[in-house]
Amino acid sequence: MKQLLPILAAATALSLTLTPVAFAQQDTAHACFVYVGSHTDGGWSQAHDLARLEMEEHFGGAVTSTFVENVSEAASAGTIERLARSGCDIIFTTSFGFMDPTLEVAERFPDIKFEHATGYKTADNMAAYNSRFYEGRYIQGQIAASISETGIAGYIASFPIPEVVQGINAFILGAQTVNPDFSLRVVWVNSWYDPGAEADAAKVLMDQGVDILTQHTDSTAPMQEAAARGIKAFGQALDMIEAGPETQLTAIIDSWAPYYIERVQAVLDGTWESAEIWHGLPEGILTMAPYTNMPDDVAAMAAETEEAIRSGTLHPFTGPIARQDGSEWLAEGEIADDGTLLSMNFYVQGVDDQLPE
Amino acid sequence: MELTLAILLTIITAATPLLLAATGELVVERSGVLNLGVEGMMIMGAVGGFVMAYLTGNPLLGIAFAVLLGMAMALLFGFLVLTFATNQYATGLALTILGLGLAALIGEGFVGRAGIRPPNLYIPGISDIPFIGPLLFGRDVLFYISITLVAGVMWFLFRTRQGLTLRAIGDNHHSAHALGIKVIRYRYLAVLFGGACAGLAGAHLSLVYTPQWSENMTAGRGWIALALVVFASWRPLRVLAGAYLFGAVSIGQLHAQAIGIAIPSQALSALPYVATIIVLVIISQNRRLTMINTPASLGKSFVPDR
Repeated sequence: MKQLLPILAAATALSLTLTPVAFAQQDTAHACFVYVGSHTDGGWSQAHDLARLEMEEHFGGAVTSTFVENVSEAASAGTIERLARSGCDIIFTTSFGFMDPTLEVAERFPDIKFEHATGYKTADNMAAYNSRFYEGRYIQGQIAASISETGIAGYIASFPIPEVVQGINAFILGAQTVNPDFSLRVVWVNSWYDPGAEADAAKVLMDQGVDILTQHTDSTAPMQEAAARGIKAFGQALDMIEAGPETQLTAIIDSWAPYYIERVQAVLDGTWESAEIWHGLPEGILTMAPYTNMPDDVAAMAAETEEAIRSGTLHPFTGPIARQDGSEWLAEGEIADDGTLLSMNFYVQGVDDQLPE
Repeated sequence: MELTLAILLTIITAATPLLLAATGELVVERSGVLNLGVEGMMIMGAVGGFVMAYLTGNPLLGIAFAVLLGMAMALLFGFLVLTFATNQYATGLALTILGLGLAALIGEGFVGRAGIRPPNLYIPGISDIPFIGPLLFGRDVLFYISITLVAGVMWFLFRTRQGLTLRAIGDNHHSAHALGIKVIRYRYLAVLFGGACAGLAGAHLSLVYTPQWSENMTAGRGWIALALVVFASWRPLRVLAGAYLFGAVSIGQLHAQAIGIAIPSQALSALPYVATIIVLVIISQNRRLTMINTPASLGKSFVPDR
């Protein structure tokens, strides 16, 4: 027993000297990713995976990474915890529904960095990052109103969460700058990814006379259906031009790579800090696919709007904007604050739908 | 008129894969075997059909290959539950998980490629009749197969000696065995038929419904097919009605949304399952109804005693 004491003391001393080292620079890092869909889904999860590969390449051999795909939002806590125990230095969870499970696991693993996409909850070791997709939706709305003949666009939506509602509102606001009477039909498919249901929704909307389709779901099925009927559509998350070479007008492209590189670099440097990051066109986390299948003047207008948003002279949510029921939301010249946008649960005037509760 | 036609056409597309898979499963269950692996067989059919059609450029070859893959999965299932008498519930679930993973592996290089739709039927003159023409005489080959299958299964189960034997096995495999009927052989054939139908359903998804391959594209339709069989209380015509009712509800709620009628879509998505539960409650309360239609040996393993 007596012999054990010096060993214990030595161990304690050793761990004390080692502790500061853990917070300083490190030569290698292991980054882990959790995807809600498949890494080849042609949309949202694939965009994250492409960024992961780009990040890995950027660091040469210094950073390794792994991913877990098709993780259901309800059962994600177990997956995140398993990654946390398997030696990840930083874990990116890339769907809104992973927010609470990520927070729960983050509390139990204070030495591991967590990054959650598109949510609003943070902790000392959990950052939130998001993209201002609505900036791209505003441009899409302008394009739609410029080339639509029927004056009606269809919107295939997933779940009534703030991020999706922002997109719908930005789309109609953009459209109204070109055609004040433009109308928008919204169909909720209650899924991020169900090619069959998305195709059904596309057909239903086209049967009802929309001649532009836009989607906030992840498969290329709506683009395919639009192509089959010869109308135009917008891509989502990735450039979907291959699914509709003569159909896609443009697409909102998620470019997460610069952000992943920055954050993993911070882990290597020991400078990582929790943050709430919401970037958009100006920072390059969001880019637009080439403006195709539209007249030159429309493409020029779209490029002009894109530039105005990038340079900061135009914010899509600038007053006067009325809520759906006609009451005032933003006064003339007033710009919506991020807090309101991040918890947006109401439509602006002009949306032809009732927001599901 | 035009809108009605468009709605009906969309309903047909939504109902056909369910009808195909459920009709196959109905025969399997009538023989007393419960195969919970419909989803797994269906997704294998989807990937097989897509890959073969993509590589050969011939969607009909794709459909044939989908049938083969569905049957291969079913054979594996049959080998386990019939030859080795493993637990049918566990084996069926395993088959689903295996199919989803295997299909993802096979299809990895084919994601995002454009598929090839099989041509629609076209009979000059008849297919041009307004409304009826495109609705009944201008559909894809799988629609006609699905309707023919229902009629064929009805005739087989209730009008032929083999059909009677199959139902007898499903009701009491010990008695059937005692009478000298080859229980295992019949069940193998029924299980293979179920696999072929699930393969067809998968081919419909990846060639007709959405001509593309993507992982998990069945999105639970195999489970809906299983629910439909119970909903239909093991009667082919009711499976047909159930599949079209389900298609109508799912397309109808999208239309209602698009014209701005506020119906909670989440509730409507759950409707077929709720209906199944209600039907189950009704069936289980009426012993006579239960006796008439439910295969009494459903889900029980059979080991010949001599």
